[in-house]
Amino acid sequence: MTFQNPDLAKLVFGRLTLGDIPYDEPILVYTFIGVAIGAIVLLGLITYYHKWGYLWREWFTSVDHKKIGIMYIVLAMVMLLRGFSDALMMRAQQAIAFGPHEGYLPAAHYDQVFTAHGTIMIFFVAMPFITGLINFVMPLQIGSRDVAFPFLNNFSFWMTVSGALLVMTSLFIGVFARTGWLAYPPLSELPTSPDSGVDYWIWGLQVAGVGTTLSGINMIATIVKMRAPGMTMMKMPIFTWTALLANVLIVAAFPVLTATLALLALDRYAGTHFFTNDLGGNYMMYVNLIWVWGHPEVYILVLPAFGVYSEVTSTFSRKRLFGYASMVYATVVIAVLSYLVWLHHFFTMGSGASVNSFFGITTMIISIPTGAKIFNWMFTMYRGRIVYDVPMLWVVAFIVTFVIGGMTGVLLAVPPADFELHNSLFLIAHFHNVIIGGVLFGMFAGVNYWFPKAFGFRLDAFWGKVSFWFWVVGFYFAFMPLYWLGLMGVTRRLRHFDDPSLKIWFEVAAFGAVLIFIGIAAMIVQIAVSIIRREQLRDTTGDPWHGRTLEWSTSSPPPPYNFAFTPKVYDIDTWWEMKRHHWRRPVEGFLPIHMPKNTGTGVYLAALSFIFGFAMVWYMWPLAIISFVALLAVAIHHTFNYNRDYYIPADEVARTEAVRAGA
Amino acid sequence: MSDHATHNAHDDGHHEHAHDGVEDIHVTLKGYATGFCAAALLTILPFWLVMSGAFSKTGPADAFILLLAAIQIIVHMVYFLHLNSKSQGGWNMLALVFTIVLVVITLSGSIWIMYHLNQNMMPSMMRDVHNLP
Repeated sequence: MTFQNPDLAKLVFGRLTLGDIPYDEPILVYTFIGVAIGAIVLLGLITYYHKWGYLWREWFTSVDHKKIGIMYIVLAMVMLLRGFSDALMMRAQQAIAFGPHEGYLPAAHYDQVFTAHGTIMIFFVAMPFITGLINFVMPLQIGSRDVAFPFLNNFSFWMTVSGALLVMTSLFIGVFARTGWLAYPPLSELPTSPDSGVDYWIWGLQVAGVGTTLSGINMIATIVKMRAPGMTMMKMPIFTWTALLANVLIVAAFPVLTATLALLALDRYAGTHFFTNDLGGNYMMYVNLIWVWGHPEVYILVLPAFGVYSEVTSTFSRKRLFGYASMVYATVVIAVLSYLVWLHHFFTMGSGASVNSFFGITTMIISIPTGAKIFNWMFTMYRGRIVYDVPMLWVVAFIVTFVIGGMTGVLLAVPPADFELHNSLFLIAHFHNVIIGGVLFGMFAGVNYWFPKAFGFRLDAFWGKVSFWFWVVGFYFAFMPLYWLGLMGVTRRLRHFDDPSLKIWFEVAAFGAVLIFIGIAAMIVQIAVSIIRREQLRDTTGDPWHGRTLEWSTSSPPPPYNFAFTPKVYDIDTWWEMKRHHWRRPVEGFLPIHMPKNTGTGVYLAALSFIFGFAMVWYMWPLAIISFVALLAVAIHHTFNYNRDYYIPADEVARTEAVRAGA
Repeated sequence: MSDHATHNAHDDGHHEHAHDGVEDIHVTLKGYATGFCAAALLTILPFWLVMSGAFSKTGPADAFILLLAAIQIIVHMVYFLHLNSKSQGGWNMLALVFTIVLVVITLSGSIWIMYHLNQNMMPSMMRDVHNLP
């Protein structure tokens, strides 16, 4: 540092020095160059085409739930690329690091890669995906104009972005955690992880967690208070039901994560001893608490995916969903049971037979409502006129894949079996089996299903099928060998192997990862091709799949106000019934529509949160205090902003609706 | 703001929303006075108990103070937060019951688990643990 006064440098920059920039690691330098070129090109293009104003006014500051939903999904897809790069690096490392070969990743880097992979895939891919889909679809399904708190929605989104940015920053400034995605102490405590890694992890998740919790509250309020007249709880579309339960789980579970991370942060920053190895700390308490959040979390992810499967199955089978009520009850039972199973993540922690058998049995019981759901989907398909469009293909792949994942889950729920399989690659195969086969396939089904609603044209089916086949086949190639390796006792997170007989299985798994890579590439091509061919793929009806629920009754893309008149609901499949009764869209008598106004406050607050998180990671205390005070000031200032709403005049509504009638 | 917009949106149609509308809360001076007196009493009592040393053992004192704290929570919810089985169409009560269920599960489960931790330790190690100061 060139500062004259080292104390001043320390005050301003905390513990950040030039040595924390990893310019001596070629992989990171090349990544940085690639990212920098990409960013310059992207930012340059936006500037060249003068799109900054458009992006700021129409997207970044938008409080429209549809746009926020789309932005969430864009975030999820971008982060999927990052998380998947980590996966490819791990697969390549494990396929070559045998015997005398050390592979290409040094241990310190490899440990960051698997930690980042897990953290990013759960918090910044799966979570934004489900939040985005819920954001976009749910208000349309319940016949509402927006969510209950539109500004809060925008703020939640940007907080998630800030969290993701903090995690990404660790690539080029400092290091990321080397502790595994849940950062178990005592390894994640200060004496064993003194660098910036765990702090990036803590603050990234804390900032994103604020967004997730607030968004959960927002969605619950929306579903409970803003359903269209006539839509009683038992007439809600099943996706809305699963969204409700998932958000109830979010609101109940995420505070536990926040508190646990806060305690860990106190250990690291204030010298407390909640989870330390000595002086009265108990790191088992951390494991216990983190899974009180962690197990409901997997149901937060999978329940909305179940909702997507339900909608897609009944639409593409041209039948009402089989067993609607049982589907609802199964969802509720899963939601409650998800709080009774958390110990199955640490059977080997040392508890006695009574504790382990209790949690083993509750875990097995969850398979009953889940199994009921599988049968409901199959009975919906039974004797239906099934149309194998891309979304339906994902459903079929899901049913097969998820059943395998579910069965290995029941295997792991048996404590004696878990004593053998705990932390082995069998476990890795199991949870990828249910999270990819359950959550991700559902999100892809949902994106293909609702894309025409969001943009007014369908996604190209050919490239969708290419992507589908590479993904599904790639998945089996990538993860079935891991079951086998796990049964042979290979543990997770290993960087190097001695036994050459294992090599072939890792090579098969790496081959599978390459197939998935092609699947992801095909997905990007699919989106590009669809944008180019959008005129051929254009859907002017608003109802390309012959849908059943209210979102298909409005135009594609829906107008900002969603529905010119609030629909009335008489049945579960409202839109299907409306079509059966030859419902005609009203063309006159429009009224002015009261709408919330865009605001940039969400972006400012999230940016300040990012600065605060970054300052905390690097011990830049003055900056941390300034940014935190600024955060409070902007938040309080926003409460004095009374310019929050506007009316869309009746004649503008009439014009918008007339355009659709003419089309 | 937003709340206003949504109500407006729903007023377009016939208003027959299942759980809509905010029931007017019956705010009375008597209610607040009762709540305040009860809360004050429930705060002073445990304080006095500890300061005067009325209990010779800490065990029963702890239990009694926890009991008073639980009653304090109920007093706050009933008199200050106006919680009853009818507010917001029963949603408040449902949310409360759900929260209590989860809190009880989490607390009792965690205590059970943490007290069970050393079950699979070897007996010789257990003896050492018990001999620790």
